[in-house]
Amino acid sequence: MAQTTPGGAPLLEVRNLKVEFPTRRGTLVAVDDVSFAIAPGEVLGVVGESGAGKSLTGAAIIGLLEPPGRIAAGQVLLEGARIDNLPPEAMRKIRGRKIGAIFQDPLTSLNPLYSVGRQLIETMQTHLDISAGAAKQRAIELLQSTGIQAAQQRIEHYPHQFSGGMRQRVVIALALAAEPKLIIADEPTTALDVSIQAQIIALLKKLCREHRTAVMLVTHDMGVIAETADRVAVMYAGRIVEIGPVADVIHRPEHPYTVGLMGSIPSLVTETERLAQIDGAMPRLNAIPAGCAFNPRCTRVFERCRSERPNLIPVNTTQAACWLHAR
Amino acid sequence: MTLMPLLTATNLTRHYTVSGGLFKPKVVVRALDGVSFELPAGRTLAVVGESGCGKSTLARQITMIETPTAGEFWLDGIEMTRADKLQRKMARPLVQMVFQNPFASLNPRKRIGTMLEEPLLINTPLTAGEREDQARAMMARVGLRPEHYRRFPHMFSGGQRQRVAVARALMLNPKIVVADEPVSALDVSIQAQVLNLLMDLQDELGVAYLFISHNLAVVEHIAHDVLVMYLGKVVESGTKEALFATPRHPYTRALLASTPSLDPAQRRTKNRPQGRTLVPDQPAPRLRVPQALPALASQVRRRSPALANLRRATSSLPSRRRAGIARFTLTPPEPLGMIRRCSHSSSAA
Repeated sequence: MAQTTPGGAPLLEVRNLKVEFPTRRGTLVAVDDVSFAIAPGEVLGVVGESGAGKSLTGAAIIGLLEPPGRIAAGQVLLEGARIDNLPPEAMRKIRGRKIGAIFQDPLTSLNPLYSVGRQLIETMQTHLDISAGAAKQRAIELLQSTGIQAAQQRIEHYPHQFSGGMRQRVVIALALAAEPKLIIADEPTTALDVSIQAQIIALLKKLCREHRTAVMLVTHDMGVIAETADRVAVMYAGRIVEIGPVADVIHRPEHPYTVGLMGSIPSLVTETERLAQIDGAMPRLNAIPAGCAFNPRCTRVFERCRSERPNLIPVNTTQAACWLHAR
Repeated sequence: MTLMPLLTATNLTRHYTVSGGLFKPKVVVRALDGVSFELPAGRTLAVVGESGCGKSTLARQITMIETPTAGEFWLDGIEMTRADKLQRKMARPLVQMVFQNPFASLNPRKRIGTMLEEPLLINTPLTAGEREDQARAMMARVGLRPEHYRRFPHMFSGGQRQRVAVARALMLNPKIVVADEPVSALDVSIQAQVLNLLMDLQDELGVAYLFISHNLAVVEHIAHDVLVMYLGKVVESGTKEALFATPRHPYTRALLASTPSLDPAQRRTKNRPQGRTLVPDQPAPRLRVPQALPALASQVRRRSPALANLRRATSSLPSRRRAGIARFTLTPPEPLGMIRRCSHSSSAA
């Protein structure tokens, strides 16, 4: 069940999403029974280790799963209407218009053969009823709003003439071009230096505040989440193991995996002699253990964890998929 | 300090000449521009800075993969830039390296055992049996199981691969391990495993680390001393405690302010560095900081009280050359001497 979100009706609702990859050796389930909702103006952080299924969840929502990956079950609803079963043409109209995407590497999401202005104008003219002149004016404004100086001149430049941070700003401008309601940002700052990262995060937050844009922020960096998100979903082996308000999940994690994850991050504020480590590694998709997928690494494992798979259970202000809270 | 530190670098410089384009004059990239530091045995010196600041170039000089353009470094009492071939060959086992990406640094066609024994095969007269014993002992030390001996790298997770890379670096009992971003390619829960391993190994073996990283939180956890680099120069150095408690240089402060806090209650509104890291191809020393940090530079220009005090403190130093670190030019040209002095006084305190 998708829980209600603070701030009214959800903009995006994902219900029991399941993404699978058929292979010669059987079907791999990469995302399993994932449900969440995002309200307008809200930033939902999705964290997890590589292979946890966080990027695939994002790709499934915008209909960009690469075959043979497919949505095997579940629903994706945008403003109350299903979008997971739309034909490709209709989905293409939603992508860009209602959902914008920002990916990790800004160089691969821009076309190197067109000036950034042309790419911005093309996006606007595809989705909005706008004249070429007005589109150009808006493109300049967009670039300015993302902090690019001398936008008037920069609009004629090609992607290779921008630095990494500036390119990522162009990608953000591009994602915002048609004023989408939702932005899916997949590791938007991972390829950037910390100082640039701080600028990009500040920019995303500002835009989110000003335009009431909802953001699904996918990252492996808990620091970025702590800086940006309102709520956070922690994913492990294809499932959400904990979801709740960001301060609560960080300060009072309820799932043993989240506890371990928080303990293993070195912090500038608190000094620890030795980092708490989670031994072992996340299971591969073809070898997910029975019961709770985390049970082989869990320090508080008991009998039920090895046989039954827990669903999200409300604990205080968050929800955690752990049998410890089932009593 | 009477004892000679294990590694001393003085004014280490590495310039690259690159083509500026067809029919254009060649450009000199000052990747490393007069870096000085000391690394005592058994300590960890972290080198931090953003991409393009010369961290990895520094690693290539210390590991003797490249020869510095100027400057010198002493390794275990020998000046390596003037050492002959034999001396260099003898010194190479003393410095070993762990690379960032264990998916690229391990040969996919070699078994773990073979990889660990290779340094011994090349550098020592040990027999096959002795080599295997040593490899197995090292595997146990870094937390690999005996059955991993005959496996190939693809059968391991990222964390285990990095353990293999660490084990390989330690096979020749080096005194220094240069670790270039050893955990940044790993997931956080795995990062903690590798960081703990590195610290345990230092306690057991007394190895010194030159730990290169862009992640200040990781550095604060593992380092004893820290060197902050910007555009090929050291802008601030000192003990970890001094540097994190009272960062003196505006760039260090900006870096610290940029590091995300894990506490959502402490979201930043502080001064963030604006602009981009410059590429060190054109020497434009006076423009360096102002371009990268306009807000801070304007502070300097407005002579904010804090910086004005710093400047007064600086002026008592004889000359910047004596301070040992190259000039890093803010609007006033000598903030560095001051930094050096401060870090010394605080480490003595």
